[in-house]
Amino acid sequence: MHNVWWINSLLLVPLLGAVAVVATRRVPRAAYGIGVATASLELVIAAVVTLLYSWHNTVSASCGAKVCTGFSLLTTEDFAHRWVLAPSFGLAYDVAIDGLSLFLVLLTAIVVLLALLGARESKHEAAFVGWLLVLMTATMGSFVSSDLLEFFLFFELTLIPSYFLIAHWGGKERSKAALKFFVYTLFGSGFLFVGLIYLAFSYQHAHGGDLTFSYLVLQHAAISHSAAVWVFVAFAIAFGVKSPIFPLHTWSPLAYAEAPIAGSMVLSALLAKLGTYGLLRYGVFLLPQAVHTLQPYLLTLAVIGILYGSALAAMSKDMKRLVAYSSMAQVGFIILGVMSGSSIAITGAVLLMFNHGVITAGFFLLIGFIEKRRGTSEVTSLAGLQRPAPVLAALFTVVMLASIGLPGLSGFVSEYLVLIGTFSTHTWWAVVATLGVVLAALYLLWAYQRIFHGRAEGENAEMPDLSHRERWIIAPLIVLILFIGVYPKPVLDRISPTVNHHVLILQQNTVTK
Amino acid sequence: MTLQLPSVHYLAILPELITIGAAVVLLFAAALSRGRLDRMVGTVVVASASVATFVVAFFQWHDIAQHGASTTLANAVVLDGFSVVATVVIALGLLLSALVAHDWLGRESMTGVEYHILTLAATSGAMIMAQANDLIIIFLGLEILSIGLYVLVAFNRRRANSAEAALKYLLLGGFASAIFVYGAALIYGATGSTTLTSISYFLGTHVLTSNGILLAGLGLLIVGFAFKVAAVPFHLWSPDVYEGAPTPVTGFMAAVVKVGAFAALLRVVASSLGTQAATWRPIIWVLVVLSIFVGASVALVQRNVKRLLAYSSVNQAGFMLLGLWSGTARGVAGTLYYVMTYTPVVIATFAVVALVGGLGDEGHSLEKYRGLARRQPWLGGALTVLLLAQSGAPFTTGFFAKYSVIAAAVDAGGVPLAVLAMAGAAVAAFFYLRLVLSLYADGAEEPTLTQVPVASGTVIGFGAVTAIVFGIWVSPLASLAHHASLLFLQKP
Repeated sequence: MHNVWWINSLLLVPLLGAVAVVATRRVPRAAYGIGVATASLELVIAAVVTLLYSWHNTVSASCGAKVCTGFSLLTTEDFAHRWVLAPSFGLAYDVAIDGLSLFLVLLTAIVVLLALLGARESKHEAAFVGWLLVLMTATMGSFVSSDLLEFFLFFELTLIPSYFLIAHWGGKERSKAALKFFVYTLFGSGFLFVGLIYLAFSYQHAHGGDLTFSYLVLQHAAISHSAAVWVFVAFAIAFGVKSPIFPLHTWSPLAYAEAPIAGSMVLSALLAKLGTYGLLRYGVFLLPQAVHTLQPYLLTLAVIGILYGSALAAMSKDMKRLVAYSSMAQVGFIILGVMSGSSIAITGAVLLMFNHGVITAGFFLLIGFIEKRRGTSEVTSLAGLQRPAPVLAALFTVVMLASIGLPGLSGFVSEYLVLIGTFSTHTWWAVVATLGVVLAALYLLWAYQRIFHGRAEGENAEMPDLSHRERWIIAPLIVLILFIGVYPKPVLDRISPTVNHHVLILQQNTVTK
Repeated sequence: MTLQLPSVHYLAILPELITIGAAVVLLFAAALSRGRLDRMVGTVVVASASVATFVVAFFQWHDIAQHGASTTLANAVVLDGFSVVATVVIALGLLLSALVAHDWLGRESMTGVEYHILTLAATSGAMIMAQANDLIIIFLGLEILSIGLYVLVAFNRRRANSAEAALKYLLLGGFASAIFVYGAALIYGATGSTTLTSISYFLGTHVLTSNGILLAGLGLLIVGFAFKVAAVPFHLWSPDVYEGAPTPVTGFMAAVVKVGAFAALLRVVASSLGTQAATWRPIIWVLVVLSIFVGASVALVQRNVKRLLAYSSVNQAGFMLLGLWSGTARGVAGTLYYVMTYTPVVIATFAVVALVGGLGDEGHSLEKYRGLARRQPWLGGALTVLLLAQSGAPFTTGFFAKYSVIAAAVDAGGVPLAVLAMAGAAVAAFFYLRLVLSLYADGAEEPTLTQVPVASGTVIGFGAVTAIVFGIWVSPLASLAHHASLLFLQKP
């Protein structure tokens, strides 16, 4: 099989699954079965891709400044193969996987499968599964695109299924939440759209030839420093809304809280990563000229996001909002790493994207289990759950400690790398950001205390513990948290060559400026 | 003294001859036949005329590829790639709306072929506008188009709304035409010609020491066109007329009038007055921003779906003007691509509206659409696709339509305008999506099943399928628009 077909099948499988779900919507329970089967197959493909991915040939002399891909079985020519669809529009199909996107692809497969298994919605099930699979295609497409216009198409496509997931299966204020989410994101992506068109035309005017949005080509767009800064700002607005970065975050608590559990999982674990991933790939690595100028501002916003998110998380009365704000703080760490300009911190940030996805998916799954039993996720109406549900409490503890950054768990590795890397380039930002680690311990332990400790009364005392099925659903996430916490080497080995290669270019740009 | 007749290149004007001819044939057939002709006759004639136009267009395209663009009839009519594509789109609009009207006429128990005669005549007007190379000819086309439409809007005599809408349209349309003629007269005064190529030549070779008359004429021409395409602030007639007119006529107006008017507008402003870009660009800028934002935000509060779609089409007109604003070949191609992809989508949308409106064409409140897709997944699904395409969702033709005009604007240095337009698109996307959401909502008050006759079903299916197929297989339409260049407006 041609190797590009691994990537193509990542896009095709969920799409065909969605079509099959729609076609069999009248058959009871068929939708769910097809959905789970599709997502499982997708996970298998993603796992194979992850294992096959080899980092050895990524940065070698032979690959030079041209195409650097790290797919072991794939020579560079395979990715040079672009399928141009409409030359006058510059539209092309161009996919690739490198160290930045590899684990986000895996994360997408994991999270969607677990969302289907653990956060099933029985109302209009076929539509629910169908939208989730479409969302999977769109998210995968965004991560594997190697073309700006193609990326934008998939990036925009994520909006439609997520809008419907929130607006149909959400909580009481779902319409408002969906509206806010939709309008914010779409306003943001308007800037992205204009920015990338501007970039492509600048390249065309300077170099002639057909209009192209190819990532590999546009990396060499020689635009002026001020133009690069403006384009970077435009991109940062779009990705800042999606991530969310302070002060563009105001849609997120409502959307996370009102979305169905599966929606919250996808929003926080995957779509937020589209923002941070976009900022890294299409901001920092595509427009290195602008990084130096904008670094202080974005780093400051990241630090504010960490502190402000932590403070709001501490004040939250609802578990989902708490996780939403804690996500905002975590995203702050990711942005800190992304913007630091240090290869250690960027590697940490990429790892943190994956870890944060795993951890929030775990959080939302567990909250979903509590909500299913108790009908609420209000912190005040829950107490003493540890006694009736010890397994739930134990699993929650592991996820929570990973989020706090306890050594030996996955969160620690990535946060440590981000902070140490940032410290070497931007000391004071790192120092202030470290406070965020302490704050995370504060608000999470406090919430844990209120929910799981104390005396359980009434319904809280009667709450059943996790079933076997539910334990198995959480298990893969716990395994990943422990594995990466203890032995992150295979993961880091796959991430860092790509990062190092790009950071080298980044530093050359900074030096010449 | 002998009268020198201008030479006629018949291939160039064959589409107009076909449509007018078909109208005349129907007229005679109706007069000579005993009793009233069956509506089927009209539909068949219209369909044949449209298909004949497609065939002719194929030969025209071939002719242009071989001999280049040309003018004929004493430079009054032009045959270039742009006019051929616009003519095809107009003929397509005629065909689709005739199919919708076929079912509507049956539902309302109207016999006779008058409706089809009028649409054929109006269509020929739009085609003339697309091919005109002279301000007088444009005016001629405009009037043929408009007079047909005045009658069509009033066609449903059983509804007072219909007559009211026709009166409004007649009065405002009359004003617009008068303004247009006045503008044309002033341009003639300033340049000494009404032929577009001569105007272009004159302005390219002369420097006007005082250009007041030219500017006034230009302004009036733009106002006249802005009325026809319903650009803010000249849009006020459109919600009332869209609401009052019989729904198939509304679809016809939204598509065919827009294509004809935009074709002429692009030719006049971008091509022949291209040297005056510094003057008309700011005017178009304002029209773009106002149309996009007023259209999108007023649509948010509409409770009647026809009014909502009227404001939606105002919003879309803003985007079409964006391509004109750039004034480049890319911009012209962008606007052409926009109207090309918008035509089947908007007619199909109004076909759904006509069906849901039911007998008497009255049920147009948004309530009627609640849960439509739950009751009728195919109809609701098609409407979902059509609305998403209009909102510019990815992987539909609507996305690339917006992309093509935004890209043209960015290329022409209009980054702020492009950003504003995208913000307006975000607002517009919201009201489309809200309507889509209500299609899937539970708990309709009085669930009624909408009958979908074959002809309308075909149109709806065609609109939805093309929106998706050409949204994924982008290349054919994109290169068609790209190669359909205007005479005298060269590729960069």
